[in-house]
Amino acid sequence: MSVIIAALFYFATLVLVAGLAWRIYEYSRTPAPLNIPTTPAPMTRSGVVIRMTREVVFFESLFKSNKWIWIFGWIFHMGMALVLVRHVRYFVEEPGFILTFIQPFGKYASFAMVVGLLGLWARRFVVDRVRYISTPSDHLMLALLVGIGVTGMATTFAVHTDVVALKSFFMGLMAFEVKSLPADPLIRIHLLLVALLMIIFPFSKLLHAPGIFFSPTRNQVDNPRERRHLAPWAAALDQD
Amino acid sequence: MAAPKFDVPELTHETAVPKINPGSMGHLKSIVGTEPVQKFMGYPWQLPEDWKDKALGRMGDLLGKYRSLRVFMDACVHCGACTDKCHYFLGTADPNNMPVARQELMRKVYRRYFTLPGKVAPWLVGAEDLTEDTLWQWYNYYHQCSECRRCSVFCPYGIDTAEVTMAGREILNTVGIGQKYSNEILGKVQKIGNNLGLPGPALEDTLSGLEEDLLDDTGVAVKFPIDVQGAEVLLVTPSADFFSEPHVESLIGYAKVFHALGISWTLSSHASEAGNFGLFNGNYETMRKVAMRIRDAALDLGVKRIVVGECGHAWRVAYAFWNTLNGVGYGGHDKFSQMLQKQLDNRYPQPAHICEFTWDHIQNGALKFDKEANDHRIITYHDSCNVARGSRMGNMSGGQFIIPRNIIRAVANNFHDMAQETVFETTFCCGGGGGMLTDDLMEARVKGALPRMNALNNVVQEQQVNFMATICAICKAQFTKVLPYYGFDMSMVGGVHQLVGTAIKLG
Repeated sequence: MSVIIAALFYFATLVLVAGLAWRIYEYSRTPAPLNIPTTPAPMTRSGVVIRMTREVVFFESLFKSNKWIWIFGWIFHMGMALVLVRHVRYFVEEPGFILTFIQPFGKYASFAMVVGLLGLWARRFVVDRVRYISTPSDHLMLALLVGIGVTGMATTFAVHTDVVALKSFFMGLMAFEVKSLPADPLIRIHLLLVALLMIIFPFSKLLHAPGIFFSPTRNQVDNPRERRHLAPWAAALDQD
Repeated sequence: MAAPKFDVPELTHETAVPKINPGSMGHLKSIVGTEPVQKFMGYPWQLPEDWKDKALGRMGDLLGKYRSLRVFMDACVHCGACTDKCHYFLGTADPNNMPVARQELMRKVYRRYFTLPGKVAPWLVGAEDLTEDTLWQWYNYYHQCSECRRCSVFCPYGIDTAEVTMAGREILNTVGIGQKYSNEILGKVQKIGNNLGLPGPALEDTLSGLEEDLLDDTGVAVKFPIDVQGAEVLLVTPSADFFSEPHVESLIGYAKVFHALGISWTLSSHASEAGNFGLFNGNYETMRKVAMRIRDAALDLGVKRIVVGECGHAWRVAYAFWNTLNGVGYGGHDKFSQMLQKQLDNRYPQPAHICEFTWDHIQNGALKFDKEANDHRIITYHDSCNVARGSRMGNMSGGQFIIPRNIIRAVANNFHDMAQETVFETTFCCGGGGGMLTDDLMEARVKGALPRMNALNNVVQEQQVNFMATICAICKAQFTKVLPYYGFDMSMVGGVHQLVGTAIKLG
């Protein structure tokens, strides 16, 4: 079983990294032929960095739109971010100060993550407009994330898993050695679901994560009178 | 006004979010372009044998040319943030008028043919085959979108449905399903020089008629010059300004401003149209061809400055795209753009909006007003979508909101804004933009105007507002038609330069 999960993680990592790299390459080489920031927009590059930061850290546009989606979405993402950072401890020999400091926060952030997810999921049933646009994959994605959250929480708060053995498994993976996983079924389910998430990431709506950085309405500078924006395919027209 | 064949919504204090009513607008179909109209644009006029390959081919082509479309097809998570933001959804309750659902009409085809999960498990991810029915569904709902970008303000990833609508219309055109209204206009502007199809001599007659009327009214010989070589300013304005009410009142306003300043200016018969419907249909080459008329006119006439009249989408194209399309602007290092840059006076922004032009001269004290002349008006201001969310004025972010309001306050005493969430960047579209200003779409136009009408009604009730100023030819034409459906007087709408023209002292 350890060998299978080890192989799965190598595969999942490969798909995630190569898939995302391919997507990012595709986005970056597709030209943006026209200046289309949603205005009012920043007039400088640094202004765009600030706009993008507000968008990525605080979900500014979502805040303008709908406070329920914003609060559920934000606590889910921020909770998940803390939980992810906490998990770095399985991949480093000696956790540093920040990583040690963050451990208890990361532990309880999982509640925020799952509550946020359940709130978003509830909207898919309760709000008729959101129900209308929900696809089976939207529900499955939420189920997957809730599953990851709940199994992870269970290994921390209910049936303690052998974290020392778990760490040695992942440290082993990074050195290309397969060490044995704790026999605990919860942790195995948790890991399977995580691997599944990594595999579907580059083929799903999870692409919103890299996508936002390439969104022309958010990442362009409002300077069209001062700078000539010209895509290579469009420049060819000027030669006629 | 003929009796409407549909129910006009009731005005309410707040615009309520309706319960969805699937298919309620599925019947509304704009008239399809006929052979001559489509042929001139280089499109087929009926579905070709290999329509599916053609449509998917064009879609793949656009996905490779436009990062916006590429990213927007992937990034949506169906969060629902946009679902209650479109004026057409708020007015019609048809869920396909929710921005996400409108995008989804294309996204389900994108997933089916361009993504792995859609090829393998279409049922799982909501992917669907492209069928003739899909095309007609696109046709219906991509002509119930005014490309106003309100949804893009609220989307956490900045997905702009306008980009999807534009691409959708271009794909439809590629397989012979074009909209008669927009394509006919694109033909007229390229063949005759303006969207209304007014030939040069008719234009000259109209302008000399205006000069006579104005001389009678004011005793001042205000001129409306056309095709004057070596004029300082080329004014490019929507052709509605020449013939339609209330548009012509703003044209008179511009002429009075130039007269009061003593700055030489000219219109151009070749570029007698600021509007560029190429924007609406997602075809870069068409938009560029239409924009090239302005470059040609500027080079021909040898002008130093290019100023754009009151037109929303025209200002978006001029401000944001002209530099790219026709080289009117700065910063180009290629021969094409430098040719024009050398001629234009680099002390001024190029192009400039007429409001920027007028406001500059109000600030430097060159224009004087008798504000009391506007005292019979209690004014509010409708931010036009393309100006608000697709452009700027002045040298500060948000100047497009501040400058027109500053002008109104400088020329009139009574001004009240409508509710905050219905103006500025979250302004509601008039309901007639983006190629929808045609009688065959009247139902969507009237219903889509509901949020604006509610906001207007509130200031009418509470502040006795009797004049809604705006700087868009489409907004003016749309409101003139739609206001009466809601029990308002059609003459309530007018231009900012109409107010300027009323109060200006001609010296």
